Amino acid sequence: MSIQVNNINKRFGDFVALDNVSLDFPSGELTALLGPSGCGKTTLLRIIAGLEQADSGQVLLEGEDASDTHVRERQVGFVFQHYALFRHMTVFDNVAFGLRVKPRKQRPSETEIRKKVGALLELVQLSWLGDRFPSQLSGGQRQRIALARALAVEPRVLLLDEPFGALDAKVRKELRRWLRRLHDELHITSLFVTHDQEEALEVSDRVVLMNKGKVEQVGPPQEVYEHPASSFVFGFLGSANRFHADGQVGFVRPHELDIITDLNSTEGLEARIARILSFGASARVELYAGNGIDAPLQYEVELSRERAASLQLEPEKLVRLVPARLRVFDGSDLQGVGA
Amino acid sequence: MSKAVRRVLPGFNLSLGYTLVYLSLLVLIPLGATFLKASSLSLEQFWAVVTTPRVLASYKLSFGASLIAGAINAFFGLLLAWSLVRYTFPGKRIVDALVDLPFALPTAVAGIALTAIYAKNGWVGSLIEPHGLQVAFKPLGVLVALVFIGLPFVVRTVQPVLQDLETELEEAAASLGASRWQTFRHVVFPALYPALLTGFALAFARAVGEYGSVIFIAGNIPLVSEITPLMIITKLEQYDYVGATAIAVVMLVVSFVLLLAINLLQGWTAKRTGRES
Repeated sequence: MSIQVNNINKRFGDFVALDNVSLDFPSGELTALLGPSGCGKTTLLRIIAGLEQADSGQVLLEGEDASDTHVRERQVGFVFQHYALFRHMTVFDNVAFGLRVKPRKQRPSETEIRKKVGALLELVQLSWLGDRFPSQLSGGQRQRIALARALAVEPRVLLLDEPFGALDAKVRKELRRWLRRLHDELHITSLFVTHDQEEALEVSDRVVLMNKGKVEQVGPPQEVYEHPASSFVFGFLGSANRFHADGQVGFVRPHELDIITDLNSTEGLEARIARILSFGASARVELYAGNGIDAPLQYEVELSRERAASLQLEPEKLVRLVPARLRVFDGSDLQGVGA
Repeated sequence: MSKAVRRVLPGFNLSLGYTLVYLSLLVLIPLGATFLKASSLSLEQFWAVVTTPRVLASYKLSFGASLIAGAINAFFGLLLAWSLVRYTFPGKRIVDALVDLPFALPTAVAGIALTAIYAKNGWVGSLIEPHGLQVAFKPLGVLVALVFIGLPFVVRTVQPVLQDLETELEEAAASLGASRWQTFRHVVFPALYPALLTGFALAFARAVGEYGSVIFIAGNIPLVSEITPLMIITKLEQYDYVGATAIAVVMLVVSFVLLLAINLLQGWTAKRTGRES
C-alpha cells in the first residue's frame, strides 16, 4: 500500500519537529528515514502510524485521507525501538495478541490462531521460543518477536522506529540483512527510522534524508551517496574533509584524498601527519592543516595499505594532500569538481 | 575449608543475624508472649471466650469492613495513582502530598473529624441522613474510617509501577487493534496487578488493626458496631488479660492466614506471568 504525506507540520511547544513535509512512499518499497536525532524522523513515523497528530497536513494511505483514523483502524504494524513486548505474556501470546483482540466476528478460531502464530514464529526463525517470556530472550530475539507480533494482523504497512537501535553492533548487522531478506519475501510497504547511515544505505530501496524538520534529499542509496544534494547530506553520509578557500567550503571524502610526499609540488595543500592508524584493508592517516604549528584543523585520509607503506609515512612528516574529487555546495546547488 | 559463595556486597552473615535479632525483639517475642499468655486457658475456656456473640459479631465487622475497605481503596487508589502519574493539572503536587496525610494524622483526630462531618448535624451527615443513609455510629461509619486510613497504601504502591510502565506498551496494543478496554484489561492491568495486590494487602492489614479513628465514628453498639480491637481493649479495662490475649490470638491467626493467602496469590501470578521462574 502506498503512503503519501502532504504538507505535514508539527510543533512541540517552540520546537518545530516537522516543517511542511511532503513525501511519497510507493507501494512495496523499503524506505529509510535517515537523519540526526531531533530531525523529526520519528515524529513523522508516529504521525503516519496515527500515534501522533499533525498540527496540519494530510496522511494518505492508499490515496485515502487517514488523518482522522485512529491507530487501531489504520492497519499499520509498528515496531518500537525498545520492542514494547508484553512482559506478562509468553512469546506465543504476544504474537497472538493482535488476533485475539479482534472483534468476535472477525476473530479466527483458536486453532487458526495457533497455526498462524506458528507460521509467524517460523518466519522469524524462533519457533522454539513460543513458551518463553520476553525477559528470557536476547535483544535480537525480542525484536524479531516484536516484528512477528506486528505482522500477525497483516498490516498494510510496516513502520519500524529505530528497530536495531538498542542492539549491539554484530546483532545489528545480522538483523538488518535478515530484515532485507524478509522484505524481499513479503513485499510489504515498509518505513524504518534510523540515524545510522550505513544501515540506511545497506538495507533500504530508498533513503529519505531529514534535517531540522525538513527533507534534505530523497533517492536510492547509491544516488544519495554519489550525488548528495547538500553539504548536510554529504557530511551525514560519511566522513568528510572540509577545505576552506575564497569563502567557500569544499568537501572531500577520506578515500578521495591522496597524499604526495613531493613538497615542491604546487598541487593540493600542505599538511602535517598527526597519526597513522593501520589495520584492516586500509590505512587511515590523520593530519593537521598547514605546517601544523598552531593548526587545529584535522584532515582524514584513507589509503590502501600498500600505498601507505610505499609513501613511508610517519608522524610529524610534512606532506601535501591532493583531492581526487572536490565538491562545493552553494546553498543547495551541487557543483561537482573533478580534479 | 569450605568454599564460601562470593558476593558483591559483604556482610551477609552480619545482616542476617541483625535481621533475626531485630525481628525477634520487635515482632516474634511480643507475639509469642501473646500466645503464651493465651495458653493459660484450657481449650474449652479459650473457645468460650473467643466465640461469645459479641466477639463473633466484632470479627465479622472487623474483617468484613477491612476487606471491603481494602477493595474500595484498591479501586480508588488505582484511579488516584493513574491521575497523578498520567495527567498534569494545577495543584497536582498538593494532591500528591495530601495522599499521605492519613499516615501523618493522629488517628483520633481523623476519627473525631470524620464523626463531626458524618454525624446527624455534620456537613455531610445533615445532607445524607434525611435520605435514610446513616453513616456515623453504624457499621458504614467503620467502613468510612477504614477507607480513610488505608488510602495511601494503594496509591503509593501502584504509583511507581505506573510511572515505569512505558506508554509504548499501550501504543503497541492500540496499533495491534486493541480497544481501550482491551488495552487496559490485557496490557496495563496485568502489569499493575502485583502492586495493586500489595497495596490491597497493606490497606487491609492496617484496617484490621485500626483502633483510634474507628471508635469515635463507630458508636460502639454491642453486636452492631463494635470492632475486634475494641473488644480487646474492653477486656483489658476489665483486667481480663487472658481473655484479651485470647481474642488477640484469633485476630493474629486470621490476619496471618489472609496475608499469607495474598502472598501465595502473588507468587502464583508471578510464576504464571514469567516474572519469576
